[in-house]
Amino acid sequence: MQRIQYDDSGLELVKSLTRSLAPRRLVASLALIGVVALSACGQPDPALTRDAPYDPWEAENRRVHAFNKSLDRNIVRPTGKGYTAAVPDDVETVVSRFAENLTLPRSILNNILQGNGLGATTDTYRLLVNTTLGLGGFFDPATELNMPERTNADFGQTLHTWGVHQGPYIELPLLGPSTTRETVGMTVDLLMNPLNYVLPAPESYYGTAASVSSSLSARGQYSDTIDSVLHESADSYRASQSLYLQNRRYKLGKGQSDTYLDPYDAVSGDPYAETSAAASGDPYEDPYNE
Amino acid sequence: MNDYTRRRFIGTTAAAVAAPLLTASPALALTDASARSLVDKVVAEINRVIASGKPLGSMISDFERIFRTYADVNIIARSTLGADARRASPAQMRAYTDAFRSYVARKYGKRFKEFQGGEITVRDVRRVKSWHEVNSTVKLRGQSPFQVKFLVSDKSGRDLFFDMVIEGISLRLSERTEIGSMLDRRQGNIDALIADLRKAG
Repeated sequence: MQRIQYDDSGLELVKSLTRSLAPRRLVASLALIGVVALSACGQPDPALTRDAPYDPWEAENRRVHAFNKSLDRNIVRPTGKGYTAAVPDDVETVVSRFAENLTLPRSILNNILQGNGLGATTDTYRLLVNTTLGLGGFFDPATELNMPERTNADFGQTLHTWGVHQGPYIELPLLGPSTTRETVGMTVDLLMNPLNYVLPAPESYYGTAASVSSSLSARGQYSDTIDSVLHESADSYRASQSLYLQNRRYKLGKGQSDTYLDPYDAVSGDPYAETSAAASGDPYEDPYNE
Repeated sequence: MNDYTRRRFIGTTAAAVAAPLLTASPALALTDASARSLVDKVVAEINRVIASGKPLGSMISDFERIFRTYADVNIIARSTLGADARRASPAQMRAYTDAFRSYVARKYGKRFKEFQGGEITVRDVRRVKSWHEVNSTVKLRGQSPFQVKFLVSDKSGRDLFFDMVIEGISLRLSERTEIGSMLDRRQGNIDALIADLRKAG
């Protein structure tokens, strides 16, 4: 079995796509969603009070899903497979590492916003080591030196830490499964990516190009996994929704070791407690009690 | 009762109470060590299958054997059926469980080739509610390592795992979604679901 890559490759794709698509309109509509999501803060999260995933926009989401699926079948999948076949594995790995290294400034910033000093520090060391010894991020000496794993902190996680509710499930055109909170998070990450402000015009596009390539290589590499979800399951909409929400909750827990160590403390807004309502009981609810 | 006999009395009583506990506990209670040893065995078998480089068909049957031996297939199958398990007859439950076991073996067994050159390492174990969570790391060629958790319980009477969680994605919960969709497609007809399941994966 394989890990499903809903993580950064998607996010990197967002960045590149939002840059090339009409950014202003997208940002405006996302800001609106953000206001809605934030204004709901004081009330109990509807996602917590239901057994099924909170999906009030299912009909519209399913239309988007059908579009994404045909896009995948006709363009993304063949391109990804072609890319993986044409480009040597080592080159793909190097490009993906380069793209990953460029997400570190964003992670550091979000770790600071979350009050996660340890995460900010370990990511900073990783950035320093991989940028210098790793020749600008083409190699990954940090991992070989057994340094702490990258935190992958993003603004969606920061919002989670601040107590913003997950909000309804939403499937975005091109980008796939998300929730309102994560959509706002991706947009904010895009706007406040420090590299956009530090790097001059041609250099700042290298990162975008690398992340598109790395997304394509993920599509090629995880081909069978993604195919089995998108094109082989009985209801690919439900399947991808379930996988996305489970994996996202897991990632939300990662940044803060506290919530991870005590997954049953609902007060601290921990991801497992959140799951517990969203996916019928505790995520790993006891099957022996059913 | 003088000091000697009282002490002796306390001593023998304590011994009488403790003895059955000491002898019985390894057999009855699931411990960190026994949960870990179960997963060590599963991982060793999986690593062996991956390394064998056998053709796909025999990898799938190897995987089905591992699943049958070390997993609580009954409870996993029952749980994927959700509330619908309550209206299934015992015969339907048996047929469903058999079909489910082969379906899982086909669906996940055919992915074993992606594991070639990779390795699973058991890291640590901790108690969660009534079960034990065994954490392992999977390293595949050219990819960053990812985490797989095995959830182990002895509620079936033996130490068996009842879920595998890959980067937060639970096999049991994901299959529950999938089986739910398959059942919806058949308007809740369990026999039709079983027939579909035999062909799926």
